[in-house]
Amino acid sequence: MSYRPLFGMVLWLGLALGLGAQEKPQVFTGAQIIPIAGEPIAHGVLVVQGGKILAVGEVGQVTLPAGAEIHDVTGKVLMPGLIDSHSHVGSGSGGDGSGPIQPDARVLDSLDVRDASIQKARAGGITSVNVMPGSGHLISGQTLYLKLRTARTIDDLLIKLPDGTNAGGLKMANGTNSIKTAPFPGTRAKSAALVREQYIKAQEYRDKIARAKGDPDKLPPRDLGLEELVEILDGKRIVQNHTHRHDDILTVLRLSKEFGFKVVLHHVSEGWKVADEIAAAQVPCSVIMVDSPGGKLETRDADWRTPAILEKAGVLVGFHTDDPICDSRRFLRSAGLAVRAGMTRKGALEGVTIANAKILGLDGRTGSLAAGKDADFIVLSADPLSVYTHVEQTWVEGQKVFDLTNPQDHLYAVGGVGAGDSRRAQLCCFTSAWDLIMSANEGNQ
Amino acid sequence: MKTFLRSLLLLCLAAAPLALRAENLAITGDTIYPMSGPALHHGVVLVRDGKIEAIGTADTVKIPADYRVLQAAVVTPGLIDAHATVGLSGLLNQPQDQDMWEKSSPIQPELRAIDAYNARDPLVAWVRSFGVTTVNTGHAPTALISGQTMIVKTLGRETDEDVVNPAAMTSVTLGANGLNAPDGSPGSASKSPGTRAKAVALLRAELIKAQEYAHKREGKDEAKRPGRDLRLETMLRGLDGTQPFLVTVNRQQDIVAALRLAKEFKLKLILDGCADAPLVLNEIKASGFPVVVHPTMQRSYQDMENLSVETAGKLHAAGIPIALQSSYESYVPKTRVVLLEAAVAAANGLGFEPALASITIDAAKLLGIADHTGSLEKGKDADLALYDGDPFEYTSHCTGTIINGQVFADGPH
Repeated sequence: MSYRPLFGMVLWLGLALGLGAQEKPQVFTGAQIIPIAGEPIAHGVLVVQGGKILAVGEVGQVTLPAGAEIHDVTGKVLMPGLIDSHSHVGSGSGGDGSGPIQPDARVLDSLDVRDASIQKARAGGITSVNVMPGSGHLISGQTLYLKLRTARTIDDLLIKLPDGTNAGGLKMANGTNSIKTAPFPGTRAKSAALVREQYIKAQEYRDKIARAKGDPDKLPPRDLGLEELVEILDGKRIVQNHTHRHDDILTVLRLSKEFGFKVVLHHVSEGWKVADEIAAAQVPCSVIMVDSPGGKLETRDADWRTPAILEKAGVLVGFHTDDPICDSRRFLRSAGLAVRAGMTRKGALEGVTIANAKILGLDGRTGSLAAGKDADFIVLSADPLSVYTHVEQTWVEGQKVFDLTNPQDHLYAVGGVGAGDSRRAQLCCFTSAWDLIMSANEGNQ
Repeated sequence: MKTFLRSLLLLCLAAAPLALRAENLAITGDTIYPMSGPALHHGVVLVRDGKIEAIGTADTVKIPADYRVLQAAVVTPGLIDAHATVGLSGLLNQPQDQDMWEKSSPIQPELRAIDAYNARDPLVAWVRSFGVTTVNTGHAPTALISGQTMIVKTLGRETDEDVVNPAAMTSVTLGANGLNAPDGSPGSASKSPGTRAKAVALLRAELIKAQEYAHKREGKDEAKRPGRDLRLETMLRGLDGTQPFLVTVNRQQDIVAALRLAKEFKLKLILDGCADAPLVLNEIKASGFPVVVHPTMQRSYQDMENLSVETAGKLHAAGIPIALQSSYESYVPKTRVVLLEAAVAAANGLGFEPALASITIDAAKLLGIADHTGSLEKGKDADLALYDGDPFEYTSHCTGTIINGQVFADGPH
C-alpha cells in the first residue's frame, strides 16, 4: 500500500500536464448510428475532439483526421447520451419542513457527487440530468442541470450558462404531495392562492428594483427567494412542475398564463385527459413510466398511453426516471414501454434525448449527434428499445465515464455487493482507512 | 309444456355460466412454448371445457369446425407469480384497500389471505393483462409473521370461486422488514422484535410452543387437551410441511439464520428475496430449498442493498430451483408485473427459457400446482398467455390471457 501516495502524486501531475493540451481526435466507426438529428446511419462514423463532435456520417463519406485514435464499434449501436429531465440522483435536497414556499433552497448546496446513484445513472447511459428537490412543497427549491462528467466536487458537473450562472430550473408541485398540516396548504385552492401571492410579491419586488434605477437607497433589501422568482418571471429559468391530476395540470397552465412563466409539466399521469389543452398552451411534458397505475389516489388513472396521446396532440414529450422511483439504469425502458403503448419509435427516442434537451433548454449543446455539439454519446450492444440490449459505454464531452468491461462499472450496472457504496475518492494523495478496508474486502469476494 | 319450458330455462341458466367461462378454443401460435418439452413451431392448443384437450404442431392437430380460433405469434402457459400481494395491497393505496399488513402484533400466522383478498381490485386485472393467470398472494413481508398466502387464479370473480389453494404458505420475514413495526406506538407490543436476535428468539419460542401444543393435543386425557388455537394450528402446519413457511430473507446473515432454524425444527422452507444469495450459494444449495428470487428491478436499499439483476441467473446456474415474483411495494409501482421482472432477468444472465420457466412450470412446481397448471399439457387447466412477439421485449404486447378456458382481452398490454 505504501506506493499509493506516490501513485496519487503521479496522477496529479499527469492531470496537470494534460490540461490545456489539445487531445487526439477520436473516431468511432462501424456502428449503426442513431443521431436523432436525421435518419439512422447503418454504418456510421463519429469523430470527436476537445469534447465536441467534429463530424457524423456514413463510413467512407467522412474525412478522418490524421492521428486519430480509432475505436472499432462494428455491430454496436451509437446514439446521443440520454438526458433525464427529472431525477433525484446524488441524494440532494431542497426546502425543509418550515414552509411550503422555499425558492431560496438550492440543490447545488446539497448534492453528493460520489453517491452510487450518480454512477448508476452513467451506467444507464445518462449523460445529462435535471436533479430536483422533492415534491413535498409548492416551491421546493432550485434544480440543477448537470453533465455526468467524472467528478470530484459538484463544480465538475455544472453546466455554465453564457452569463456565468449555473443551468437549472425551479421545482414546483401541486396536488396532494404538497398538501399537509399547517403551515402547508390544506386544499388545492389554497395551494394555488399561496403560489399566486408569491408571484405577485415577486412582480412587485421586480418593479421596485426597476424603479430604483440602480439607486442603492431605493433598492429593496435582497431576498433570495424573490430573486429566484424574478428570474422565473423574466424567463431566464424554467419552472419544472410536478402534477398528476387533470385539474391540477390545468391549474399549472392557468398560473403559467397569469404570470407568463415558462413551465414543463412533470409526471402528468392524467395528461391523456387534457392533451389538447396542454398542446394549445404549447407546454412540454416530462412523463414517468411506472410499472402499474395507482399507489396514490392521484395516479389512479395513470396510463402508459399518455406519451402516445400527447405526441399525437402535438405536445413535446420527454421522459424521466424520477430516480429512485424508476431506476436510471433502465431509462431506455421508459421509451420502450411508451412504444408498446402506441408512441412512435422516433418520438420515444427523442423523448430520452433531444426532447429532454429542449425541456431543459440545452438543445443547443446536447441531445443529438451533430457537428459542433458536445460529444455526449452512448455505445449500445444492440437496439435501444430491446430488453436484451446493454449500455456498454457512456461518454460525456469526449471522456468515457462508464465502461461495462470495467469490473467496478459492471458492478454499478448490474448490482451486487458494493454497488450501493459511494464511488471512492479518486486522484487523492493518500489512502484512507476506508479505502484500505474496501480493498481488503474485494480480495474476499 | 309450462313445466318443460321451465326445465329448459333452468337447464340453460345452469349451463350459461359454464358456456361463458369455457368456450371450446383453438389457439394457434407461430411459436408455442409448452414448457413440458421443446418449443413447437406452427403449433395448436385445443381447449375444451376449460382444460387442454390437445397440443401439437398444426399438421398433427385438427381444429374442429365449431372451435373459436385465436391466433398469436407466441403462446406460453399462463404466467404464475410465485409471491405477490396483489388483491390485498389495492391500487389506491388508501387505508381501506391495504390489507396486506396488520400492524397490531408482530406474530399473526392465523391471518388468512382468503379473508382479505379482493378479486376485483383493478391491479388483479392489470397483472392479468400481461398474461398472469395464477398468483401466490397474501400478507406482505412486513412483520415477523405477517399472515398466510393463498394461490388464486386471476379470474377476478369471487375469492372462493377463484381460489386454488386457500392456505398455501405462512409468511415469515427475518431482517430489517421483519423488525419493530415502525408505527407501533412507544411501549406497545410491536416494539418487539427490535433486533435480529430477538426476532429469531421469538420465532423459536413460537415453534416450540406449537410443538408442545401438538403434544398436548394428542394427550390421553381428553379433558386435559388444550382448546383450538388458530395461531398454533398454523404454526403446526408449517412444522409438518403441509403449509410451509415462506421466509423472506435478504441479508446473508438472515439467510443463514433461516437455514439454522430449518435444521433445528426440521422445516422445509421456501426462501424468498435472497438479495445476498451469491454470498451463500453453497449453503442454499445444500439446504435443497427453492428460492423465490427478489423482483429483478426491485430498488436496492436497506436489506436489499446488494441485490443484483443477475441473482436469478446465478441461483439457476448453481442448480437451485427458482421462481420469480412481484413481491410487495408500499408506494409506486403498487404492484410489479412478474413478466417484466422475468424479462430483465432473462437479459441479465438467466436466459430466455429458464426465465420463462421461472414464471410458469418452475413456479408451479414450487407452489405445488404443477399437476394442473404451469405447462401446456393435455388434461391441464387451459391457462395460456398470447403475445404478438417475444413476451419479454419492451415493445411486445400480451394480446390475450386465457384462464380455465375463459378468454380475457384486458390489454393490449
